[in-house]
Amino acid sequence: MTDDTFGAFRDELIDSGLVIDAGVEGLYGRSLAYEEIVAGITGLTSRTGADDGALAVHFPPVIPRTLLERTDYLKSFPHLIGSVETFRGDDKLHARLLALVETGADWDEVLEPAEVVLRPAACHPVYPLCTDGALPSEGRRFEVHGWCFRHEPSADPARMLAFRMHEFVYVGDPEGAERHTETWVKRGTEMFESLGLEVEVVAANDPFFGRAGVFLAANQRQNALKLEFVSPVMSTEAPTAVGSVNRHQDHFGRTFGIRSADGAVAHSACFGVGVDRTALALLRRHGLEKRSWPAEVRALLWP
Amino acid sequence: MEEEIRQILAEHGRLPLEMDELDNDTDLYEAGMTSHASVNVMLALEDAFDFEFPESMLRKSTFESVTAIQAALISLVGAPVE
Repeated sequence: MTDDTFGAFRDELIDSGLVIDAGVEGLYGRSLAYEEIVAGITGLTSRTGADDGALAVHFPPVIPRTLLERTDYLKSFPHLIGSVETFRGDDKLHARLLALVETGADWDEVLEPAEVVLRPAACHPVYPLCTDGALPSEGRRFEVHGWCFRHEPSADPARMLAFRMHEFVYVGDPEGAERHTETWVKRGTEMFESLGLEVEVVAANDPFFGRAGVFLAANQRQNALKLEFVSPVMSTEAPTAVGSVNRHQDHFGRTFGIRSADGAVAHSACFGVGVDRTALALLRRHGLEKRSWPAEVRALLWP
Repeated sequence: MEEEIRQILAEHGRLPLEMDELDNDTDLYEAGMTSHASVNVMLALEDAFDFEFPESMLRKSTFESVTAIQAALISLVGAPVE
């Protein structure tokens, strides 16, 4: 693949009608053809994890405000959050709101925080489901996918404000978490490669905030807590992460008070597919017209 | 200096044990200090000793024990004047 700036690929995506510029950087609409690719990827991901016997659950793209506080997301990623505000005023304040809009001023001064925030990761709502007593000895497994939000506006189409993530989560003991990690590194690699994508599994770090973030990122890399499946979507020099495996250790177990079968603080791990990024990787690899994709890839996505 | 380090660990390390149970070489992470707690320790040390850790030292090993923290501080702000 020749290296390219993402600008040209973004233009191709928009010109073809596959994605629609929704008016602010990083926000896109999707065509039916694009959504068929997304459905193919989520279907394949589900089938790849069928042996997990996971409980499949769906949550909306907003989560309780208290959940964002409990996951430590505010400590690590304050720059990525999306907080929902709402209007609880009277007629007078409503008039003030409209006057502010009229003059082009910031109008959110009359708003108040709602009880929800935008969901930054698909798996966050499952941890509170594990707090009703000690976990069974085999741990608990969840399959969860849906819309996530991270405020990192970019012209790079692989860095969307709102995107879908499809995850397989394990919550239980440290050995089980490690098995989950190892299993999914293998399964994930095979799945991406079966779609004709070149992937490499590399130690990575999340974009932690500030100087404390430098410390947290070094810690994450040093302990190989995050492994990414990277693929040359936009460039070969800076490949894009189309999926990841995350060793949470006891992070969620501790913050949510989850106990494994032996009473110890639970460990957890997750595998996540960046569904929209995988769709972009496929479009980049096999072309914008999915009818001309290799037959074996089409058979996997749309059996 | 050691007393100040212990004081900061007591306030910010969120360790599930008392400071007098802690040897200077006890591994603080094994003792239960989380990475987020060690970030707070780092910020409190910078406040108390009026300096900034260089990025190259923002790693777990810098904060893994009282001894390690003391060595880092001495290399950055010099030995305490007794």
